[in-house]
Amino acid sequence: METAAETAAPKITAKNVDVFYADTQALHNVSVDIPDRQVTAFIGPSGCGKSTFLRCINRMNDTIPICRVSGDITLDGQDIYDPNVDPVQLRAQVGMVFQKPNPFPKSIFDNVAYGPRIHGLSKDRAELEGIVEKALRRAALWDEVKDRLDTPGTGLSGGQQQRLCIARAIATRPEVLLMDEPCSALDPIATAQIEELIQDLSSRFSVVIVTHSMQQAARVSQRTAFFHLGNLVEFGNTDDIFTRPSDSRTEAYITGRIG
Amino acid sequence: MENQTSTIQLVQASLVRRKRKERFLKGLGLSAICFAFLMLATLVISLVASGHSAFVQTHVTFEVFVDPDEIREKRLPRGGFDDALAASLAEYLPGVDLSDRATKKQVEKILSNGAQFHLRDLVVADPSLIGQTIELTVPVSDPYDQLNKGGIDPDTPEENRRLNDKQIAMFNQLVAADTISKPLNWGLIINADSRFPELAGLKGALIGSAWALLVCFLISFPLGIGAAIYLEEFAPKNRFSNLIEVNINNLAAVPSVVFGLLALSVFIGWFGLPRSAPLVGGMTLALMTMPTIIIATRAALKSVPPSIREAALGLGASPQQTVFGHVLPLAMPGILTGTIIGLAQALGETAPLLLIGMNAFITSAPDGPLSSATTLPTQIFIWADSPERGFASRTSAAILVLLGFLITMNAVAIFLRSKFERKW
Ligand SMILES: Nc1ncnc2c1ncn2[C@@H]1O[C@H](COP(=O)(O)OP(=O)(O)OP(=O)(O)O)[C@@H](O)[C@H]1O
Ligand SMILES: [Mg+2]
Repeated sequence: METAAETAAPKITAKNVDVFYADTQALHNVSVDIPDRQVTAFIGPSGCGKSTFLRCINRMNDTIPICRVSGDITLDGQDIYDPNVDPVQLRAQVGMVFQKPNPFPKSIFDNVAYGPRIHGLSKDRAELEGIVEKALRRAALWDEVKDRLDTPGTGLSGGQQQRLCIARAIATRPEVLLMDEPCSALDPIATAQIEELIQDLSSRFSVVIVTHSMQQAARVSQRTAFFHLGNLVEFGNTDDIFTRPSDSRTEAYITGRIG
Repeated sequence: MENQTSTIQLVQASLVRRKRKERFLKGLGLSAICFAFLMLATLVISLVASGHSAFVQTHVTFEVFVDPDEIREKRLPRGGFDDALAASLAEYLPGVDLSDRATKKQVEKILSNGAQFHLRDLVVADPSLIGQTIELTVPVSDPYDQLNKGGIDPDTPEENRRLNDKQIAMFNQLVAADTISKPLNWGLIINADSRFPELAGLKGALIGSAWALLVCFLISFPLGIGAAIYLEEFAPKNRFSNLIEVNINNLAAVPSVVFGLLALSVFIGWFGLPRSAPLVGGMTLALMTMPTIIIATRAALKSVPPSIREAALGLGASPQQTVFGHVLPLAMPGILTGTIIGLAQALGETAPLLLIGMNAFITSAPDGPLSSATTLPTQIFIWADSPERGFASRTSAAILVLLGFLITMNAVAIFLRSKFERKW
C-alpha cells in the first residue's frame, strides 16, 4: 500500500496554498499530494483550517466574498483555479459532505435525486429510483427511511440528516469525495457503516475526510495530514503519523496534550 | 456547595428585576397595539356612520303606461319618455295637476334623471312595449333619497330645506301608496360615475383600478424580482453595487407625487401615451412599487440560510439552478408578502394618478387599459370634491370599498405567508 501511494500519480496536488479571510490568514503555505483511490484524513485542533482547506479543493470558498485563495491546486494535473475551469463542473467531479448537515427542505427522495437529476445521470424514473435507493443503502439510511421517502429531509434527526447528505453526495458519483466530519453526530453502529462506505468508495475514488477522532483516522485512512494553527505540520502515511510522528506538535496532539 | 446556593440567590434576586422589565415591555407593546386598534376602529366607525346610507338606495316602483302619443316607434330612440314617466307617476299623486308646468317639473324631479334613459333603453330593446303598461323600479333623485334616509328633516323651516312642503307631501303620498322601497344599492358597484349621486357608482373606478394594478403587477413583479435576484445573488459586492442599493432605498422613499410628475413628462409627454389611461397609471404605480418589491425580495433572499446555497452548489448546481431551484422557492412567501403589500399601497395611491389625469369625469367604464378611466382613490377624490349631499355618503362608502380591498389583499398576504412558510 505504501508503494502504491508513492508511485501512483496524485489525484490532487496543492502547492503553497495561502487562504485569507479578509485580512486574517487562515492557511499558511500548505502543500499536499492527495493520492487516488485512497483515504486521506485531515486532523487537527478546532479552528486550525481543515474545513477551509477542504473547501479550497472544490472551490466552495468562491462563495465567500471575503475569502481569497492563492497558490496552486491541481486535479489530475489541471489547475482548478484556472479561469477556464468551470467551478460547476469541478463540483460535480469533487463532491462534498459539509460539516453541518444541510438537507434541502424537500422530500428525502428529492434530496438524493437532485444531483442525478441536474446532471442527467438517469434515463427514466425507474433508474433514478435505483440510484436513490443505492445511495441511501450505502449511506446506511435506507432501512430507516424507505417507507417515508416523500417526507421532508429536514424532518430527520441530526444523524439521519448527516447520512442523507452523504447519500446525496455519493448519488452524483463524484471522483473525489470531501467529507467534513461526516460522523460527528452518528452512533457507533452508523459510524461503522459509514466507515465501511468510505473504504468501499476508496477502491474507486479518492476520499478526503476531516475527523476529530484519532481512532477513526487510524481506522479508515492511508494518509493523514495534521494541521495546526493554519499550518500543515505533518503529512504522511497514517501508520507513521500515529506511531512515529516526526513533529513534536503532532505527537502532542495525538496523545491528547493539545487540541 | 456554598458557592452554588449563592449563585441561586443571585439569580433569584436578579429574576425579580428581569421579570419586572419583561412585564413593562409587554405592557408597552400591548398598549401600542390597543392604541392602533382604537385608531382603526375610530376610522372604520366614522366611515360606516357616514357611509352606510350609500349602501342602500331609495327606489320607486310604479306602473308606467308607455304612451304611444309621446313615444313613437318611428322616432326612437327619441321620444317623450320623461313626460310618460311623469304622467304615470302622477296617477299615484291624487290632487296633483300636471297641466301646471312647475308642478309637472316637480313630479319629474322626483325620479332620478336616469329613469327616462332606463325606460328608453327598455323600449328601444323591445318596441312592442309601446302602448303597454309596465312595472318599473327606478331610483328616486338625490333629495328624495336623502329625505327617505332621514337626511332631510321636515321640521326645519321650509326655506332651509332642499324640498318644500309640497314636494314632501308628494313623496309621502308615494310612501302611502306603498311604492317606495330601499333595496341594497347595487348601483354603487355596477354603475359608472355620474353627475347624479343616486346613479353614480364605482364600476369605472373598479375596472380602472384593476387595469392599473394589473399593469403595475406585470411590470413591477418580474422587474423587481429580477433586479433583486441579480443584486443579491449575482452582482459583485463592491462600491458600485452599494451605490445602487442606496439609490433603490432612496427611490422607495421618493414622494409619490414626484413619480406622477415624472410619468406626466415621460410617459405622456415623450412617449405620447394617452392621458387618464390605466396603462399609464399602472406604469406610474410600477415605478413606486418596484423599489418595495426589490427591497422585500432582497430581504427574503437574504433570509434563506446560506447552507442551502452551499448544498446545491456543492452538488454541482449552477448558480442559476441554485437560485431558481432552491433559494427563490424558499424566499417566495416573503416575496409574495412584499409584493402584495406593495400592490396594496399602489391601490391606494392618489397623487401621481391625479397628475396624469385619472381624476377625469368619465361616465362609462373603461373598455381597455388605453381608454380613459378613474381609479378607486381618484374616484374618492372626485366625489369628496362634489357639492351634492348624496356624494358625501358615497365618498365614505367608496372609502369602505377601498379599505375592503386593502384588507382582503393584506389577508391574502398573511394567508400566503403562513401557507408557504417552511421549516428548516
Ligand atoms: N467564513 C469565514 N469568515 C471568516 N473567517 C473564517 C470563515 N470560515 C473560517 N474562518 C476562520 O478560519 C479559521 C479556520 O477555520 P476552519 O473552519 O477551517 O477550521 P476547522 O479546522 O474546520 O475547525 P473545526 O474543527 O472546528 O471545524 C478559523 O480561525 C476561522 O475563524
Ligand atoms: Mg471544520
